[in-house]
Parts: sequence; C-alpha cells; structure tokens
Amino acid sequence: MDGYQTRIRYFDGHSRDALIREHEVPFPDGRLIVSRTDTCGIITHCNQAFVEMSGYPERELIGQPHSILRHPDMPRAAFQDLWETVQAGRKWHGHVKNLRKDGSCYWVLATVIPNVRHGRIAGYTSVRRKPARSRIHESIALYARLREAENP
Amino acid sequence: MTLQMTVSPDFPPAYIAGWYIFNTWLQRQSGLPIHLTLYDSFAAQRAVLAQGGIDLIYANPYDAAFLVRECGFVTLAAPCNRADEVVLAGTQTGPVNTIEDLAAGTVIARTDDPDVNLMGMMLLEPAALHAGNTTAITVDSYPLVAKQLLQGHAGIGFFLEEAFDSLSALVRGQLRELVRSRISVIRHVLLAGPGVRAQQVEHLTTLLLAMDQDDRGQAVLESMNLSGWEAHSQEDTEFMIDLMDTLDTQVLPG
Ligand SMILES: Cc1cc2nc3c(=O)[nH]c(=O)nc-3n(C[C@H](O)[C@H](O)[C@H](O)COP(=O)(O)O)c2cc1C
Repeated sequence: MDGYQTRIRYFDGHSRDALIREHEVPFPDGRLIVSRTDTCGIITHCNQAFVEMSGYPERELIGQPHSILRHPDMPRAAFQDLWETVQAGRKWHGHVKNLRKDGSCYWVLATVIPNVRHGRIAGYTSVRRKPARSRIHESIALYARLREAENP
Repeated sequence: MTLQMTVSPDFPPAYIAGWYIFNTWLQRQSGLPIHLTLYDSFAAQRAVLAQGGIDLIYANPYDAAFLVRECGFVTLAAPCNRADEVVLAGTQTGPVNTIEDLAAGTVIARTDDPDVNLMGMMLLEPAALHAGNTTAITVDSYPLVAKQLLQGHAGIGFFLEEAFDSLSALVRGQLRELVRSRISVIRHVLLAGPGVRAQQVEHLTTLLLAMDQDDRGQAVLESMNLSGWEAHSQEDTEFMIDLMDTLDTQVLPG
C-alpha cells in the first residue's frame, strides 16, 4: 500500500501513530457531513455521511475527541482559531483536510457554531459541505506556510 | 379565543382544500375554535406573523428559525418521512453537465421559497458561486422556474424536490438534473405561538401523533398528501435551526 507512517501530536501533548496516504476521497454530492460535540470537543452525534466519509463505524466515533480526524497537514493555528471563535459564541468557517481511518483524506468546507440553549453554550455543531477546488488549492498553499511557521 | 392557523405558502396548491379539512378535523378533535387563513406569498404571511396574528403555523423551516428563536414558538409535530430537499437543474441542450461547469455571472431561476434558496446557494459553492457573482430571477412557481431555463433566460434553476418530480414528463425531459440534496433534517414543522397555553400544546400534539391511527384522520391526512405526524422535540427543531444557520454563512474568496 502507498503512504507513510507518522506520529500525530495533539494540542494536549498526547500523540498517536497513523498511516497517511495521498488518496483523496471526493465529497459526496448533495450531502452534508454533520457532527455535534460537547463543550470539550467530544463527539456526541454524527450523521450517516460522517460515518461513511470518516471510515469509522459510529460506535468508534461517539465519545471520542473530534481530533480523531486530525490530518497532519492541518496547521495548529486553524484549530486554535476555531476554538477561540466558537468559545466566544461566534460562527467559524474554514477549509479542513480530514484524515480517514484508512489513511486517505477528504477536504470539506466546515462551519462550526455554538449550540446556544437557554442563553448558554450547550455544545457545538459542525456542518461540512463540498468546497470549490480553487479554494482547496488556496488552502493547501496557506496551510503549508502556516505549518512551516509552526515547525521552523 | 379563536386560534389563528396558517400554512407556509410553498404548500402545493393541489392540497389546499386538504388544509381546510384538517382545520375542521383539528377543531372538532380539540374542542378549540381554530380559524385557517392562507397567504399567497411569504411576504404577506410574514407581515401577519410580525403583528403576532398567528397561533398555529405549518412553517417553512426558514421561517421556523425566526419564529422559534425570536418569537417563542414551540414545536407540535413534523410530517412523517418528509424532508425538504432540492434539485438544481439546467437544460439538456445547455453546456452545463455538472455544478462545477457553472461560471461567475450565472443567472439563477428560483421562487421566493427561502429554505430552497438557502440550500440551492449552498450547492453552488463547489463552483465558487455566491450571491455576489450570480444574479437571480425570482418567479412565482416551479413550473415558471423550468420555463425560465427552457427559454434560455437562466443557466440553473432551484427546485423543491417534490415540485421538480411533479413537473410534466415533457418539461422534465428537457431539463438536466445536476444535483439533488440529501440533507434529511431540514423540514417543515407545525408550530404553536406563545398565545397557545402549554396544556393546549400538549393536547394538540397528542391528537396529531395519533391522527394516522383512525380512518377519519387518515383520510384527512391523505387530502393534505401527508402520511402522518411524528414527534419533533424542541431540541430537534433547535438543531435544525443551528444547521440552517451554518448554511447561511457566505464564504467568500479570502
Ligand atoms: C464541532 C467541532 C467539530 C470539529 N471537527 C473537526 C474535524 O472535522 N477535523 C478536525 O481535525 N478537527 C475538528 N475539530 C477540532 C478538534 O476539536 C481539534 O481541535 C483538532 O482536531 C486539533 O486537535 P488538537 O487540538 O488536539 O491538536 C472540531 C471541533 C469542534 C468543536
């Protein structure tokens, strides 16, 4: 099989080994990939498109941190911005490259919003849609620069 | 106090009589006086909603967002197995085979149906299209959307799935379906306004959920082209609103 083995390091210091492959799985037309988390980013719900695209069965997703999909090509700054924005009660959107269980990837245009219930943030919802190819190319270049700045 | 009921104007005209029959059924079953008024546009209906003149509404999901978040409406039920989905289509003779073939300057034919337009614009994003680089022609019905396409006035049309599937075979045969949404959670909901007492909300919900269980109720549902009502919790509605809120984000080139 093509690809390489790498160690993904998370914000909280833990890490895991993962297989990374070049193959990109296309976003399914007409669908939305939806998940919800608690206030700490632990997955509480996901839809069928999420299960199909991530390659994990639902039981391996619920209760896991959302960083289970983290791709090593994503810069830390993107997620830092995501968390700062939604914790302040605002909507965040951005292009995200996600890692599938089999090591291949998929690009999404994600919008994350805080679920405000009775005036308080009860959790977060992320809805992903199909991005424009041109915007993916812009993101690849931008994220490469950001990663370089993070790991000089 | 008579409860004022209304129905989202995007309901297929063929079933309007069914809503009057439903009004009579609900009134008899609940013992509450209920009066049905239909409006022929979203604008006319919103003007009455803004004055607090509506107690019960079969609401378009887009309007439901405003009614639940800003006006204190609560959810009674949702129609069974019926999500709002959209079809985006061009013409068989046109140059467009996939959404990605569309270019800046594309003219969109559509109705004023707010949730269809929201989903439609979202489905144009893979072509990097947005409100700023497209123009829209708004017409009164889905057959007129098809007409705009066939007359060459527009490059893409937004249809409610049901309306697309019920176009005549002759018209459909000349259209090219480019994408069909499978979102599942965006749906019309039956809501009660703040003037309806909690006890009445509970009573009405109980009646609706059991409506498909007797012959009379089933006949009424059939006349509205519905198969029944199912529970849709307030949290289900809140989730649907959150989801539509994410689709409302215009993502412009950075
Ligand atoms: C609702 C929600 C959805 C998220 N979706 C993703 C996702 O699809 N992919 C991803 O890598 N991170 C996602 N995140 C961010 C992760 O929580 C995490 O910050 C990120 O994967 C980076 O991991 P780290 O912070 O542990 O380094 C999401 C966060 C929230 C609140």
